[in-house]
Amino acid sequence: MTTVRAPGVWKRSANLRVGFLYLLPSIILFAVFLFYPMIRTIYLSFFLTDQNGNAAVNVGFENYSYLLTSPAFLNSMKATGLFVLYTVPVGIILALFFALLANEKLKGIGFFRTMYSSTMGISVAASSVIWLFLFHPSVGVFNRILLVLDLPQIQWLLDPEWALISIAISTIWMNTGFSFLILLGGLQNIDEHLYESSRIDGAGYFYRLRRITIPMLSPTLFFIITISLINAFQTFGQIDILTKGGPSQSTNLIVYSIYREAFINYQFGTASAQAVILFVIILVVTLLQFKLLERKVHYQ
Amino acid sequence: MKKVELIDVSKSYDKQVDVISNIDVTIEPGEFFVLVGPSGCGKSTMLRMIAGLEEITGGIIEIGGKRANHLSPDKRDLSMVFQNYALYPHLTVQQNITFGLDVKKVKKAVQAERANEVAEMLGLSDFLKRKPRELSGGQRQRVALARAIVSEAPICLMDEPLSNLDAKLRAHMRTEIRRIQRKLGITMIYVTHDQVEAMTMGDRIMILHEGKIQQVGKPIDIYNYPANPFVATFIGSPPMNISPARAVPTKSGIFIEDTIHVPMNEEQVAASSARSLLAGIRPEHIKPIVTGTESGNRIQVEVTNVEILGNETVFSFQVGQREWMAKWSGQWDIAIGDQVPILLGSEYFCVFDEETGELIRKPEGLEHLSIAKEVII
Repeated sequence: MTTVRAPGVWKRSANLRVGFLYLLPSIILFAVFLFYPMIRTIYLSFFLTDQNGNAAVNVGFENYSYLLTSPAFLNSMKATGLFVLYTVPVGIILALFFALLANEKLKGIGFFRTMYSSTMGISVAASSVIWLFLFHPSVGVFNRILLVLDLPQIQWLLDPEWALISIAISTIWMNTGFSFLILLGGLQNIDEHLYESSRIDGAGYFYRLRRITIPMLSPTLFFIITISLINAFQTFGQIDILTKGGPSQSTNLIVYSIYREAFINYQFGTASAQAVILFVIILVVTLLQFKLLERKVHYQ
Repeated sequence: MKKVELIDVSKSYDKQVDVISNIDVTIEPGEFFVLVGPSGCGKSTMLRMIAGLEEITGGIIEIGGKRANHLSPDKRDLSMVFQNYALYPHLTVQQNITFGLDVKKVKKAVQAERANEVAEMLGLSDFLKRKPRELSGGQRQRVALARAIVSEAPICLMDEPLSNLDAKLRAHMRTEIRRIQRKLGITMIYVTHDQVEAMTMGDRIMILHEGKIQQVGKPIDIYNYPANPFVATFIGSPPMNISPARAVPTKSGIFIEDTIHVPMNEEQVAASSARSLLAGIRPEHIKPIVTGTESGNRIQVEVTNVEILGNETVFSFQVGQREWMAKWSGQWDIAIGDQVPILLGSEYFCVFDEETGELIRKPEGLEHLSIAKEVII
């Protein structure tokens, strides 16, 4: 009688090795462009650096303690928080409104669907330049309209009170296309029979919206809220073009502040520390969202 | 319990081709009316037109004696069960059942009471707190049914409600739906593509084909006297055997493939002369030749396929270009390739006009058994 030997480690791990091979391309990409920069950022946040971004002096948590007491950083945290509050709810409600409109079966609705989602196809830089003209104090359309209506002029991008709101308006416009498209997709996925059944029961439009559409759309809404929040925290392009963080730091959002710290002031240590703080904030917000909101989401 | 009347109803999507045309039918109060036809014949569209989910392009729909062409679905006093049940996946069974009551602002206590009542009737009491996805197909079907019943609407529409169930459950639900309909006395309009469902459930059935009524009547009358070859082959399993036939006036009758003679009376001969004809016979009317068999069309056929279904045997054979089937009761020891002598009782033949489809000769001598006459106590 021959005894059957248990297969060796090499043989038993065959599946694992094959699986790893399939993953290898993305692991390499992620490692080079994500994991390495991330670890490097965390590492640098504990150092003072020279102008080339090489670690010079280990300062432990001093970068963090400096930041958390720095009025400039606290100001940019506050601006970021306000910016998120301005853009996310309004942006999503607007996108939902457009999606509900565009979901109606009307003649030529395809045209409107294309129009509403068209902002997705415009780059941040290009649309920011357009908004620069719209916000222009003397030749801009907004001030012209205010003039016609006999209302006081607003220094949109130059007034510290208005600058953040102006940026928020342009950001909402830029992000609506994407949210609209995702929400419309979610709406179209809802089984038409549910609406027919409720029509036989005599449910009106708003009853259907409250008891069928919104609950059935909740997974999509949840997704788009998460994405919008993360996007809002990471806003950069439109600030660089429209205000450069001014006037008087009122639009110096956190990512822009990181950029300035690193590539204008060459303080890679504190810039890295800011980046780590932003990462932690986004992580916490997203986790909170999953904890609080996901309970209300109805997955099929 | 309301009457539903369709008067010359038609429907077209592009204003050129009618997908449904010339529908004239009255569905009596409390009747179980079945719309049956092959896929794409317009039966679901017709049901949706009655429900008000589709516009009518021509004709009149009357519900309870009142014109309902432009009434919205909720004003038509009806409930509907959809093929995919259309349950709200985010609501519990109880909320699903009471959805319609909630829309009508019925008091919560009354809602719960009625939901419990209906749930008990359908054996759903243990599942009221569950979500639809936690239920089996049959239970979901019952929830859909409960939702229709709880509304207490006098008319109930069902669109292929059993097509997603397995065969055993389907047979069970057939009797259950019929029992509930009798108990509540509601007018039921039931769409199906399954001729067995139509035969077993309907008080009357309507057969639709390509948007046109083929025949309306009691299931047994339709089975016995199909109005045209389509109905003859659609109702009954296996379908009626049909072959082209030729009239021979001198022999007072017609010949199928020059071998099978079907006698006809003078009137029928007159109606059929100089026209191409179709003759058909049901598989159970093709009989074995045993001792005491009366004379008739005796022919020898070669068996091409055999199926034994427990207590009956179905075999096929060629008649000219067509494959015919015979159904004999009992288990017959027949093999493929056997030569089998069979008797085609000429009185059982249906004869149709091939062009118009009109039934020229009705089958005669059909066995109607009645307990009072046959059973000896």
